[in-house]
Amino acid sequence: MSFFELRHVDKSYGNGKDKTQVLDDVNLKIEENEFVAIVGFSGSGKTTLLSLMAGLIEPTNGAVTMQGKPLKGPGPDRGVIFQSYSLLPWLSVFGNIELAVKQVFPQFSRAERRAHIEKYIDMVHLTDASWKRPRELSGGMRQRVAIARALAMQPEMLLMDEPFGALDALTRGTLQEEVIKIWEEQRRTVLMITNDVDEAVLMADRIIALTPGPEATLGKSFDVHLERPRDPATLNFSDEYKHIRNEISHYLMDLNTESKKLKIPTHDLPLPDIRPKVFATA
Amino acid sequence: MKEIKYFLLKLIDVTALNFLEPVVRLCYGEEPKVQLEKIGLYILVPMVAFVAFLGLWWGVADNIMTKSGKVPTPPVVWHEASSMWSQHLAAREQRADFYKKQEVRVAELEQKLAQLETPQFEQRLEKTKADLEKLEAENSPRAKSKRAVYESMASQVSNLEAQIENAKTAQYAGAPTYIDQIILSLKTVFFGFAIATAIALPIGILCGISRVFMAAMTPLISLFKPVSPIVWLPICGIIVGAYINADNSSLPPAFISSAITVALCSLWPTLVNTALGVASIDKDHINVARVLRLGFWSRMFKIIIPSSLPLIFTGLRISLGVGWMVLIAAELLATNPGLGKFVWDAFQNGSSQTFAQMFVAVFTVGIIGLLLDRIMVIFQRAVSFDNAQAMAI
Ligand SMILES: Nc1ncnc2c1ncn2[C@@H]1O[C@H](COP(=O)(O)OP(=O)(O)OP(=O)(O)O)[C@@H](O)[C@H]1O
Ligand SMILES: [Mg+2]
Repeated sequence: MSFFELRHVDKSYGNGKDKTQVLDDVNLKIEENEFVAIVGFSGSGKTTLLSLMAGLIEPTNGAVTMQGKPLKGPGPDRGVIFQSYSLLPWLSVFGNIELAVKQVFPQFSRAERRAHIEKYIDMVHLTDASWKRPRELSGGMRQRVAIARALAMQPEMLLMDEPFGALDALTRGTLQEEVIKIWEEQRRTVLMITNDVDEAVLMADRIIALTPGPEATLGKSFDVHLERPRDPATLNFSDEYKHIRNEISHYLMDLNTESKKLKIPTHDLPLPDIRPKVFATA
Repeated sequence: MKEIKYFLLKLIDVTALNFLEPVVRLCYGEEPKVQLEKIGLYILVPMVAFVAFLGLWWGVADNIMTKSGKVPTPPVVWHEASSMWSQHLAAREQRADFYKKQEVRVAELEQKLAQLETPQFEQRLEKTKADLEKLEAENSPRAKSKRAVYESMASQVSNLEAQIENAKTAQYAGAPTYIDQIILSLKTVFFGFAIATAIALPIGILCGISRVFMAAMTPLISLFKPVSPIVWLPICGIIVGAYINADNSSLPPAFISSAITVALCSLWPTLVNTALGVASIDKDHINVARVLRLGFWSRMFKIIIPSSLPLIFTGLRISLGVGWMVLIAAELLATNPGLGKFVWDAFQNGSSQTFAQMFVAVFTVGIIGLLLDRIMVIFQRAVSFDNAQAMAI
């Protein structure tokens, strides 16, 4: 029994004619303390998969279990970094994190709580913006608040939906390092969704591709055996790194062309059966 | 200098007096052409329009003859307004005078009492009482005259005490001035508005969170929303009259039925906007609450209410506007002291002076309505976290 499992999970939205099946027979096993990355194309159902794992939505068929027990809705044991940040706009950076920390660590004293929150705000380099509201922040800053909030909850499992998508290369690098550092120190189970193969190879133990939708399912899985800590600067010269990167990229490209081939052109309308008629009489 | 400018601009933004912004910017020499254009548009044009309106009013009013004389022109109305103001000031002075005299009188009486209640007097009183008791016990014929002496001594004190009490509690009984009527009207409208809010907020929130409750309330809301104050008022009057007696209640029934009428007419915008705000809460925010497993009340006070506050305040603002409008009609019919009754009395009087007073009332109602609205805009801005939402009027 794995730490976290999805067995024959289907997910479809809508009913009858409007029914769209997003995920089809997804099977996934994640071990405790493993760092798994899922790479997939836009719109293939990555967020849907993550929401299923968070317990925010229920599978149409199949089972999702954590430590052998079926999920009972979402909970703070699975910290989620939402793709849309999901910050509360009426609360400051501090307030957003405080709401989560208060709920997860009710035993903290006022000073402890404050120190805890400030530690995570410092970690994402938002110390000067602690009292700003989300609308006064850039997209990347908001994303950092979302990361800090999820990390401050110290969840058993961290679910991240494209957590570095809106960041510039520099911040992205430092935050990737931070997340890996926290993961190495505190040893959490992590599932990260990304569309960046480099990022996946840099961070994950295992990378799984999600086939293009509709009816997406998990494709091939790649184990990354690169030694840790992985330094992005020297990684570029590692043969193994290049190898696994190319392997995944090619696999994804093949998936993409395959899925395009599968699409049957729908504009191939049958011609009406009309023939010229000769009206001239003999 | 810069700081003052930013402070002023911030102040203008908070108080929603946006038409002043170009003036401040112009004073700091910021793009004079653009600012002048804006001043022209937001200050000059409205002023010209207002002056044109005054001119039109003057021209038309001069040519309409009624039973109460000519329709008052702007200067007549202005004159009436200033005379009403000086009447108010005079009445206030009279009142101050009254209370000052009262104070003096109370002081005099208290002094008299102090003079009377010397230790010797007390002793004599005690002694007389003891003598009286003795005589009465002996059944002596002198008891009767002794009793008279004792009673007259005791009544000296109680008389004075009663006089002081009277002097202290006497109220100034002058007729309420125009300003008093305005204050009464404001009290009524806020009382009604408070009732409306107390009813509309919980029901609106329940409608927003429960689709079943919303379905149950929808027909009732649609049914009662369009009912006019003119219908509610007599009904309220009868029901309130059945429970509250005009003589022994601290709040007169006319006041209560006017306030309830205001509440019944003005609760709908708050109710509907609250329900909309709660129902249209961002799904992402709900997801945050779900991941954190917030309990019902935490979810209510930390997620649902803050996220719908902007719409709640939009509703409150509309409600207060409706309430103020309805109030005048309600007071007029219920003869509850206030602006409505003032207009009614002016109408009953029918002189050319009261005709002008009615015009003053029109502007008073308008200006106070405007001020109430501005106050609500400030609140609305304070609670809105999304600028775009606050801009929409
Ligand atoms: N609540 C919903 N109701 C109906 N269809 C939905 C719903 N949520 C998602 N879908 C559909 O499911 C599919 C996958 O959506 P999803 O958000 O999981 O994709 P994604 O891989 O996360 O995309 P992206 O990379 O853009 O974030 C899309 O076609 C979308 O239209
Ligand atoms: Mg997504």
